[in-house]
Amino acid sequence: MFSAPFTFAALSQHFPILQVVIPLIAAPLAVFIGVTSIAFLLAFAASITSLIISYSMLMQVIDGSVISYHIGGWAPPWGIEYRVDAANAFVLLILSAISTVVLPYAKTSIEREIRASAQTLFYTCYLLCFTGLLGMVITGDAFNVFVFLEISSLSTYVLVALGAERDKRALTAAFNYLIMGTIGATFFVIGLGLLYMMTGTLNMADLANRLPALSDNRTVQTALGFIVVGMGLKLAIYPLHLWLPNAYTYAPSAVTAFLAATATKAAIYVLLRFMFSVFAPDFTAATGALNLIILPFAVIAMFAASIIAVFQADLKKTLAYSSIAQIGYMLLGISYFSHTGITATMIHLFNHAVTKAALFMAVGAIVYQTGTSFIPKLAGLGKQMPWTSAAIVAGGLSLIGIPATAGFISKWVLISGALEKGWWWMAMLIVASSLIAVIYVWQVVETLYLKEPVGDVVVKEAPLSLLIPTWILVIASIYFGLDTELTLSSARAAADALLGTAPLAAGAGS
Amino acid sequence: MSELFDVNFIIGHFQYWLGIILMMTGLFVVVSRGNLVKKVVGLNVFQTSVFMLYISMGKITGGTAPIFTGNPQEVYSNPLPHVLILTAIVVGIATTALGLALIVRIREEYETIEEDNIQHLENAMQRKEDQDAGAMI
Amino acid sequence: MMEHHLILRVITKILIAPILIFAFYVQFHGDYSPGGGFQAGIIFAVGFILYGLVFGLRPTKKVLPEWVVHKFMALGVLIFAGTGVAGLMMGGNFLDYSVLAETPQKGQHLGLLLIEFGVGTTVAAVMISIFYAFASRPPRISDEDW
Repeated sequence: MFSAPFTFAALSQHFPILQVVIPLIAAPLAVFIGVTSIAFLLAFAASITSLIISYSMLMQVIDGSVISYHIGGWAPPWGIEYRVDAANAFVLLILSAISTVVLPYAKTSIEREIRASAQTLFYTCYLLCFTGLLGMVITGDAFNVFVFLEISSLSTYVLVALGAERDKRALTAAFNYLIMGTIGATFFVIGLGLLYMMTGTLNMADLANRLPALSDNRTVQTALGFIVVGMGLKLAIYPLHLWLPNAYTYAPSAVTAFLAATATKAAIYVLLRFMFSVFAPDFTAATGALNLIILPFAVIAMFAASIIAVFQADLKKTLAYSSIAQIGYMLLGISYFSHTGITATMIHLFNHAVTKAALFMAVGAIVYQTGTSFIPKLAGLGKQMPWTSAAIVAGGLSLIGIPATAGFISKWVLISGALEKGWWWMAMLIVASSLIAVIYVWQVVETLYLKEPVGDVVVKEAPLSLLIPTWILVIASIYFGLDTELTLSSARAAADALLGTAPLAAGAGS
Repeated sequence: MSELFDVNFIIGHFQYWLGIILMMTGLFVVVSRGNLVKKVVGLNVFQTSVFMLYISMGKITGGTAPIFTGNPQEVYSNPLPHVLILTAIVVGIATTALGLALIVRIREEYETIEEDNIQHLENAMQRKEDQDAGAMI
Repeated sequence: MMEHHLILRVITKILIAPILIFAFYVQFHGDYSPGGGFQAGIIFAVGFILYGLVFGLRPTKKVLPEWVVHKFMALGVLIFAGTGVAGLMMGGNFLDYSVLAETPQKGQHLGLLLIEFGVGTTVAAVMISIFYAFASRPPRISDEDW
């Protein structure tokens, strides 16, 4: 009956679907078994398996080849196709790597932040969110993106609301996120509907083949608008970011670390995919207005969000606003409409995921020990929690973009992309906005190290189970600032794949 | 008949006009009402407009329900948008249920479901935190 | 609490069995005629919700405890994913039903039946658990709310 031999080679044919299905199966299994420790083990095993799968897929496609997987054996464009190229393999690797590091951290962290009876469900929601994000990135079918987007969104709302045991504002944050996220997702569906009306297909590669003939069509242009705004809500483009600060601040620490590193990144990937692969780059650029919208808002985000971050009293909120500013950098890369620009976006995607996850995990460790992330209350923690504080400093340096950190590499590529276009003023703006980051990072460093501790409460260093994952990411953010071989070549390959101007032949390879 | 007021154009696209009206009604309710339940209702109306948009695009003049009858000449409506919308409806139900569940929890914690009152309470919390911080510095 | 609503109680008791049977009809006839897991799941859940509305939550939970509903919720998804993985193990792609039986036609039939059964289980369980979740939190209604 079981005809296929269970060797690595036989299984590797099914990697694209296993990537999504393993966490998808682990999620209900966790509910079915109903024991928290087993739920954790399942989640961790699923996460590690995903990491292995995504790494081996990235190694397969980094030379520019494409893996195409036909679900149910139905060939595209009729069936749903999972299509892995360098761009989404890279994002899949980011997602599963972050998840693998965050999960052991989450185990310790949520034991204190979430009541015992909800912990199994926490892992289920986490796995579903993870599944949704992976699915959104891996699929080659436009409507499938929406389905996975909603899977990840719905579980994200629950995860954010779980923070209510620490602060009841998590509930309103989750509700606002739900309203905005649903409007965003519905806008996205409207866009897809309009595309389907005009082309009669939902397969991305097929869409890419048919859209050039329709480039003057106003319905198609409207569709692009709806898709950009819909995804924009999801990824918190500057004026559409209002859900983000509260959601990140009041969610449980582990959730914040996971979301900050993955949710917006997957949405940015989808935006890139639609703007550059589904719609041809010259079409997107020719629509013109987009360029005029994304570039200014990216610059406004870089400055406004950074300035707002300076005035926050809650460290989590500072970092949340800084995330919006960093998303500005990624959008800036998109707005160049050039190969270097997309490389910058992809590499910042990786570097920012690593850096921000490290920072949010370090802050989570402080919350774990002190119960607060209010900056004035952190005075003098530098001596009491030396490792956690050092992690915040290292992460902060990477956020600013000091040489020899990951943040520097992404800003370097971003600036060289600007200079390539002759936008020297843009290079200056990037440096200037980084200087604002210096201010808010310095505030924290000053409080941690130069102020005397308040009261005589002795705070102990965070447990190792929190410190080790945090430091793995901190070391990664320094390592990828020194050795850029993997990240830069992957980001370049990703940009090649996204810009691959040769029309994607539907069903090529199988 | 002028270019702007082409009656055939207006009548021929009536499902889009209805869709736009529903969509804007829903969005307006979401934005303008302070009551959280009304916001969820508005969201539902908004989503329904998209369901209508999809269903209407699958309609083929003279087409029957897409059930295989054995007659090769049978003209039937495009079933794909129906299937897509079935998925979207399920997502909509999940969103509504989750939204309402959050409202129940919000009501338990804040004892109100009016956005203004919630905002008021949250501002008070924020002020208190700021004062605590001020006292510490 | 509903002692006085004799007609409601009698009619409910008569109706519940046909509702559940109709749910199964919609479920298992779904591959020949309109129907399928989503619709059947809702109809099946309606039987329990009706019982809960008329006779109260406690007797309903005695028939179908909340933890059982949660297990069924997970079980449905597992049936769905398990069918997909079975296709994968028998040499096809994920969700490839053709390889499930001797001939592709039989395989498609079997696969569809299993998938829809998974969907139906989950939908019914989710609907009942949504009903439980909301019904077991009676709000304190004050005068201003009216």
